[in-house]
Amino acid sequence: MENNWPIWEIFIRSKNGLNHKHVGSLHATDAEMAMQNARDVYTRRNEGISIWVVESKHISASDPDEGESLFDPANDKVYRHPTFYNLPDELKHM
Amino acid sequence: MEKNLNDIFQAKIDREEKIEPKDWMPDAYRKTLIRQISQHAHSEIVGMLPEGNWITRAPTLRRKVALMAKVQDEAGHGLYLYSACETLGIDRDTLFEQLHSGKAKYSSIFNYPTLSWADIGSIGWLVDGAAIMNQVPLCRCSYGPYARAMVRVCKEESFHQRQGFEILLNLSKGSDEQKAMLQESVNRWWWPAMMMFGPSDADSPNTQQSMQWKIKRFTNDELRQKFVDICYEQAKILNVTLPDPDIKWNEERGHYDFGEINWDEFWQVVKGNGPCNKERIAARKTAWEEGAWVREAAVAHANKRAARKTKKVA
Repeated sequence: MENNWPIWEIFIRSKNGLNHKHVGSLHATDAEMAMQNARDVYTRRNEGISIWVVESKHISASDPDEGESLFDPANDKVYRHPTFYNLPDELKHM
Repeated sequence: MEKNLNDIFQAKIDREEKIEPKDWMPDAYRKTLIRQISQHAHSEIVGMLPEGNWITRAPTLRRKVALMAKVQDEAGHGLYLYSACETLGIDRDTLFEQLHSGKAKYSSIFNYPTLSWADIGSIGWLVDGAAIMNQVPLCRCSYGPYARAMVRVCKEESFHQRQGFEILLNLSKGSDEQKAMLQESVNRWWWPAMMMFGPSDADSPNTQQSMQWKIKRFTNDELRQKFVDICYEQAKILNVTLPDPDIKWNEERGHYDFGEINWDEFWQVVKGNGPCNKERIAARKTAWEEGAWVREAAVAHANKRAARKTKKVA
């Protein structure tokens, strides 16, 4: 490892029942230090009950310029949505 | 092609869509953001110094824990902002290097000394007050990571201002000496706080472009006016006079008029000739240089542990 500490992405679960959510990043030499730093930087006011740390280089991200073609297959499939189906108004609770 | 990308970019901003790190953006937008966010981050870090000066001499334990928490928050704000800045493709060491060499600026307000305990109150009331005025609109900034960092900062900043006001409120109900200390401190901090909004609109060439990109939502003068209007009323609660004989209500404008800012002083401090510029940068550099062995030792320790782990697995 060079002297530049690697960047870690920090994810916090604010309470049980909710997803871990990305909150930002920080520098640390290893996972343990990333965890301690995340505690100090991102949870000074009880913002979380669980922390994930992931070294940034391990995250593969989709290319925003290719977003259109990547998500295109979902665009023309309106039949995946409940509103696609024509049902009478008398029908309740469906 | 370039023009086309620019148009698409601006249209996105006009629709109030956020720009995220991997999205295409004009070089000038990236450059402006790096300058602004890094300057903001440096301000948080340097801002710890004038207040840190009073931690050991806080008058009570209650004041001391609050001040320590505030200074720790400022370190945290610096870190949120550095990490937002790094998403634009500049690394942390380069950012530090720019601060230490003087290439990057930080808010001039931190080049003024904290001479009395009342200054800790004045910083909370006026300096954090002005900062909040600047920062709240930044929560809606077009660049996603900056906007998100600012949401966190603003949430935490409110305690900073309240603890400052409480300090001043206590002094305002104290002895004659305490009242005098309060007034003397407000006299020194008022004008530098007014300068925190930057040059007036006529002398702020970047404002128009920043507004078009929705990095800025209000001009410097608009924010400064808001600040005066709010502070004038708050000063009454503290029984202090703002050191500006020209402040008076303008019925027609629906705002307080105020006197001319000493722009010569403003530019002098920006250029490095304020009362504490040299001291602040020297303190930063010393902390960075004397902390070098800690950073190296942490790397050595991590490498050693990683090697031990690999050996075990093998």
